[in-house]
Amino acid sequence: MMKKCPVSALNTVLTALSGVAPLYLPVNGKGKDTRAKYTKYEDGMIYSTALNTVRSAKDFFFPQTENLVNFKVDGKNIEIIDPREEHEDFILFGVRACDYKSFDVLDRVFLSEPVDSYYASRRAHGIVFTMACTRPAETCFCTTFGIDPSEPQGDVSCYMTETDVYFDAKTEKGEVVLAKLGDLLADCEESTVNEQKELISSRMKALPLSSLSTEAFGGDKLDKLFDDPRWESLSESCLACGTCTYVCPTCQCYDIKDFDTGHGVCRFRCWDSCMYSEFTKMSAGQPRLTQMQRFRQRFMHKLVYYPANNDGLFSCVGCGRCLASCPISMNIVKVMKTLSEEAEDNGSK
Amino acid sequence: MAANNRPEALIPVLGVATDIRIDTPDVKTFRVVTPDGKKAFIHKPGQCAMLSIPGVGEAMFSITSSPTNEEYMEFSIKKCGCLTDWLHAMEVGQQITIRGPYGNAFPVDTAFAGQNLLFIAGGIGLAPLRSVINYVRHYRDRYGRVDIVYGSRSMNDLVDYQEIINEWCKEDGINVHLTIDREQEGWDGHVGFVPNYVTELNFPTDCIGIICGPPIMIKFTLAALEKMGFSKDQVYTTMEMRMKCGIGKCGRCNIGNKYVCKDGPVFRFDQLDELPEEYD
Repeated sequence: MMKKCPVSALNTVLTALSGVAPLYLPVNGKGKDTRAKYTKYEDGMIYSTALNTVRSAKDFFFPQTENLVNFKVDGKNIEIIDPREEHEDFILFGVRACDYKSFDVLDRVFLSEPVDSYYASRRAHGIVFTMACTRPAETCFCTTFGIDPSEPQGDVSCYMTETDVYFDAKTEKGEVVLAKLGDLLADCEESTVNEQKELISSRMKALPLSSLSTEAFGGDKLDKLFDDPRWESLSESCLACGTCTYVCPTCQCYDIKDFDTGHGVCRFRCWDSCMYSEFTKMSAGQPRLTQMQRFRQRFMHKLVYYPANNDGLFSCVGCGRCLASCPISMNIVKVMKTLSEEAEDNGSK
Repeated sequence: MAANNRPEALIPVLGVATDIRIDTPDVKTFRVVTPDGKKAFIHKPGQCAMLSIPGVGEAMFSITSSPTNEEYMEFSIKKCGCLTDWLHAMEVGQQITIRGPYGNAFPVDTAFAGQNLLFIAGGIGLAPLRSVINYVRHYRDRYGRVDIVYGSRSMNDLVDYQEIINEWCKEDGINVHLTIDREQEGWDGHVGFVPNYVTELNFPTDCIGIICGPPIMIKFTLAALEKMGFSKDQVYTTMEMRMKCGIGKCGRCNIGNKYVCKDGPVFRFDQLDELPEEYD
């Protein structure tokens, strides 16, 4: 059963939700940086309807840094200390359809055998409230990857109009949480959000990137794309800053490092980027010598290698963060558009 | 609430170095067992393990001992970076950490069964092949003729030299062909690069080739074999790439849709042809 509350009562609902489990939601920054970031809810905080948070929601399941194991070293002896604790339930509110789909992309990496227990524990305890995108941005292209922002999925799908917020439980977990809100939500017909869904669909169709196609990409396009001479011009200005990988909800490469705390050794993992020259550097040599090779690796992985291993699923969800954050305005859309065009002359193999 | 009942590949177990043998000026062979004197895990020939010194780093090494050795594992390690410097400096009794086994293995019980085998190694490239060679020696009747071509810069740079001389060379049906790059006092064996020596020896093509060594040596050796009539689907190699997780998740060793740590490190050359030509 679809449920709803007036927009004016949203804070009462959020407060109640935060009583069920710690609640995280997008909140606009104060001061100079007013962009939305996921923040732990406290009474009175205003849910930001900004389309996208600066960083994606992947942080909650795959944090930027994470302690893997600790060691105590005493002369020739080592003690291995397992730091893992069972995570507690938490609620993520306001996740967009694109970010929600990114969890599927990450799941196929971290939950495939051998299962990553750190990720698995967070994933098992996360309860996700998605929010339909009533006002998609010009940088949005989730529909290219088959994502429907009018059906954002999650444990509970939410819709927001000028007057009301609607809650549609999609899983048992979602049902249980909504039941705990009791009288704060009123029952309503599922059809009440139909108008909203149609509005979103029509707005998506009108977006400038709505015609972006994946036709030229996929697991079987290795030979066609790898030697394309246009990688050179596409990557020419890349600064190798790695910003695209850090804001990307699906980038999942990581580094493992040791840190001497003074009382022992903390082994942690942190996000890494295939755009960095150190990424593949070995004592025996550097396999990817040029930025073109590293740039190509990132896009080939998202558009060819990942789909080859995952039933055609692309490792991009069209959130548009990289479009907004790249300092040289290079991004996956430009890569896809360029490589989709027939090569001039016969430069392409 | 403890969650450490869940298995986790990234958390290692303890190992102890119980013997450290100096092979060459920059290669030592480390014998490793758990603190209670057992093997840390069972492996197959060609598989690898992550060794680490907490606070220094962790890296992937091929397991050089054969799985048929039930007492311990061995790693022949060249000193070439931070962690390997540290490993070379350690003394017997030092604890390290170990996790694995990782990767596929040489198909010793399938594609290799009943076949003649031609092992070709250069320098430290013998390390991953030693596991296979000793496995084949252990189950000698399961394989045909065995040839081993092994070359290094000098006589002093031949890894496992004593074992080669005292055991491999003395065994019937195993032909060892050693070579060094330049003339050296006290060396009356062959002198010359491995690919040229392979050409000189002119092996019949009724065998499976297994090559490991520096990339340039692998490239020219494969070319030499092809010239002799070998096809790529009868020649194997084992690859080296930077790795962090060892389980196909951290992304470092990704080539095409393969992860060297999990889908490799052992590949047939025709399989490598299907991957993007990134690492020539």
